Amino acid sequence: MDMEQLSSNLLLAAFILYLVSIFFFAGAVSRKKFSTEKQLARNEKWGRIGITITIIGFLFHLGYFFTRWIASGHIPNSNMFEYTTYFGMAIVLAFIIIHFMYKLYVLGVVAMPLAVLTIAYASVFPKDIQPLIPALQSKWLVVHVSTVALAQGILAISFVAGLLYLLKSVDQTAKSKETFWLEIVLYSLISVAAFILLTFGFRIAGYETTFQYIDRDGQEAEIVYELPALIGPNQGKIVAGSEFGPLFSVPAVIDAGKLNTLTLSLIVGLVLYVLLRLIFKQRIAAKIQPAFKNINLELVDEIGFRSIAIGFPLFALGGLVFGMIWAQIAWTRFWGWDPKEVWALITFLFYAAYLHLRLSKGWHGTKSAWLAVIGFIIIIFNLVVVNLILVGLHSYAV
Amino acid sequence: MKDIICECGHKNPYGTILCESCGKPFGEEANSNEILNMRYEGSARRSQTYKRTIIDKIWNFFSSVKVGVWIIVIVLAASAIGTLFPQEIYIQGASPETYYKEQYGIIGELYYKLGFHNLYSSWWYILLLAAMATSIIIASLDRFIPLYRSLKNQRVTRHDSFLKRQRIFGITKTDNADEIIGKAKTELEKKRYNVKEENGNLFAEKNRFSRWGAYVNHLGIIIFLVGCMLRFFPGMYIDESLVLRDGETKVIPGTDGLYYLKNHEFIIELYDEEDEKFKGAIEKTDEGMVVKNYQTNATLYKRVGEVVPGKEPKLQKVKDYAIRVNDPLKFDGYKLYQSSYRLNELVSMTFEMERKEDKQKIGTFTVDLLKPEGTYELKKGYKIEILDYFPDFAFNEKGEPTTLSKAPNNPAFIFRMYSPEVPDGEVSFAAIGQYLEPLGETKYKVNFNDVETTNSTWLTVRKDNTLWILIVGGAIFMIGVIQGMYWHHHRIWIKRKNDELWIAGHTNKGWFAFKKEIVQLADAIGLEKPIDQLEAKQSRKN
Repeated sequence: MDMEQLSSNLLLAAFILYLVSIFFFAGAVSRKKFSTEKQLARNEKWGRIGITITIIGFLFHLGYFFTRWIASGHIPNSNMFEYTTYFGMAIVLAFIIIHFMYKLYVLGVVAMPLAVLTIAYASVFPKDIQPLIPALQSKWLVVHVSTVALAQGILAISFVAGLLYLLKSVDQTAKSKETFWLEIVLYSLISVAAFILLTFGFRIAGYETTFQYIDRDGQEAEIVYELPALIGPNQGKIVAGSEFGPLFSVPAVIDAGKLNTLTLSLIVGLVLYVLLRLIFKQRIAAKIQPAFKNINLELVDEIGFRSIAIGFPLFALGGLVFGMIWAQIAWTRFWGWDPKEVWALITFLFYAAYLHLRLSKGWHGTKSAWLAVIGFIIIIFNLVVVNLILVGLHSYAV
Repeated sequence: MKDIICECGHKNPYGTILCESCGKPFGEEANSNEILNMRYEGSARRSQTYKRTIIDKIWNFFSSVKVGVWIIVIVLAASAIGTLFPQEIYIQGASPETYYKEQYGIIGELYYKLGFHNLYSSWWYILLLAAMATSIIIASLDRFIPLYRSLKNQRVTRHDSFLKRQRIFGITKTDNADEIIGKAKTELEKKRYNVKEENGNLFAEKNRFSRWGAYVNHLGIIIFLVGCMLRFFPGMYIDESLVLRDGETKVIPGTDGLYYLKNHEFIIELYDEEDEKFKGAIEKTDEGMVVKNYQTNATLYKRVGEVVPGKEPKLQKVKDYAIRVNDPLKFDGYKLYQSSYRLNELVSMTFEMERKEDKQKIGTFTVDLLKPEGTYELKKGYKIEILDYFPDFAFNEKGEPTTLSKAPNNPAFIFRMYSPEVPDGEVSFAAIGQYLEPLGETKYKVNFNDVETTNSTWLTVRKDNTLWILIVGGAIFMIGVIQGMYWHHHRIWIKRKNDELWIAGHTNKGWFAFKKEIVQLADAIGLEKPIDQLEAKQSRKN
């Protein structure tokens, strides 16, 4: 078995272990079946198994990372698959660190699904080992990218804590703005899952539609859809593959392929969401709220803040300071208003605002939790939208 | 405005809420029984004291954290807008008037019309950054100076109402106060507190420096921003480019004619497509290849001796260097970066003069496209004169031949051909793929024979005297963030009051850990467990 194959197998093993750990963390969340003392002992046992499996999974994940490093000859964080996988690893590492600081198993109930979702999302992208272009051949690739990913992983834990805080504290007895937005957050997570399932489903089925169309420069071009085409490209004609669609077309200024994937994921996400609502006969957050009734809100709030207190300086160092040093060496200037640079600045400014509001204006609890959710949305935007949609110097990361 | 003289004798500036020395509350605060607001030690902040003149109002506006956060949010939103479509510097020289409309439709056109294609250098964006800097400076000064005064002037023995109204407070009746105080001193020193004693009362403090973290990191940001502005001063910043053909030597711009660079050869290396490791990825690229290396093999020279006009400078070799991406050539504060290249540029063209009648070859001549000579003698009685040369040939709006640039991208010539038969010469026009006789048919013609090409390297010349300031600013920022974030300013007071011992505690943040520490301490020295009055109050409310 060659190194690349070994590396893939290790990643798969880590992925499965992470999935299993979710089951145990869920088991560690209190239920009313037993007496208090017995219940606590039982929860402790399940939680311990959960964290042990997580750590073993993380070791496999590290195994994937280093074997791939050996196979490719450079640190595996230089394209979308590698970076996102690495981000997933950072989330798990951050979770393990925070776990040993606070010993709160319930964090795993949100953190591990998030890590699993991240790694699954990563595997949608091409896994070929890519050679490094000259701009990336630098020791700063290791320093800059790995610090940023670790910082983002830690900041992701503040999202986990914030979400937990809201899942417990938002009043589910009546409809409100908060219940609405909480459902939107959950729906978004379901849509990401829908995107992953759709992509792999149709890929396994070998589904493809090839269009010939007129691109924004007025040139004839070809595009391959991996999902059924609801939205066709500008003046598109199917030249190969499945004959299904399109229902309508969009002008050339819009990337029809990406819009189609997004729309389909949101629709399937919506179907899944509505199905769940029908089964539960209530809001999803309301359905899962009782599971979190024993959460110590003050502690979760503290964990959310602590993650940002660690993640923010690390992000400033890795994302801005190291990024600028490298940009000065590779691109002749430390700052050039490239979209990725700007979004790193936006992330920095956002968490700076969070810290001012929390430390000076006393925004604790619910407000703080919502800010942590928004912060994570910015991070994901920087990872997904800036790489895949906005054009820039960093877009070779695909 | 008058100073406030406290009963302890300390002179406080006007506007002080809690005496800098003993902590006694003044004014309205004195008549309350609530827990003291310890923000900035109840010191006299300018923004909270003076609210009348226009200067007061400006000061108060910028010193507000709320305003600061709004400025951050607006800068954040503005920055995000600028990433919607590429900025003008990234559209590769396309004309912005048409580019945004063609590529992004109506929204693109609007984006251009609103000036968002140059958003980050727009006056309003710069103004926002200036507002942010102002806010940072004023908000920091407004808080730092009175806070510093207050913490410097604090004394050991505090006023009763100061202690009673701390969030953490406890009273213990005892008759061996001396022993407890003695124990407290050792215990606190063990916990690395800085302990002071006065009239049998204790004051223990640690990590005061963490209070300065916010101001230190703000200072770092201001130094960084100043550094960014300094580059607009002459001499601080040089940004030039240098284009060198293979084999060419030129003076390096921005060095006052002191340094020269010779480009021996520009090289591009590709990854091996047959490499098992990268095969899959290389095949998937649009170009079917991936570049491994861009490199200029160069030699740096320094001019020696005086500059004599008209004379070739005397050069002394400094060093050989392979300039690569991520590996610039550094010398004397300058850096030379590999930034671009051109391949297969025309260097010279070879022509041949021919008599049309019998196709007799008269002779060949080679024109250096950068420095064409005026005339080329072929053999006795035959010569070619270049009447006009268009290195980058095109027709202008009036239909006249013109040149778009000095680079020989599309060279064209007007020749005058002299021969014994036509001693006054005949005119012909030659460009790539075109041959004309604009003034009537000629007896001779000029054939295009051969072309020689070369590669050229495009280097960026940088000298940035502001970098060290940015590094200092960045370092101070990081130190400030860490200093303020990971340490907490803990203070504990123990005061004798008749047959009682009073204990009070305060921390600027991290109450959870602090409470644990002070309860542990009380336990160890034999005091009643102090209570969290805020928590007590909240639970009473519920």
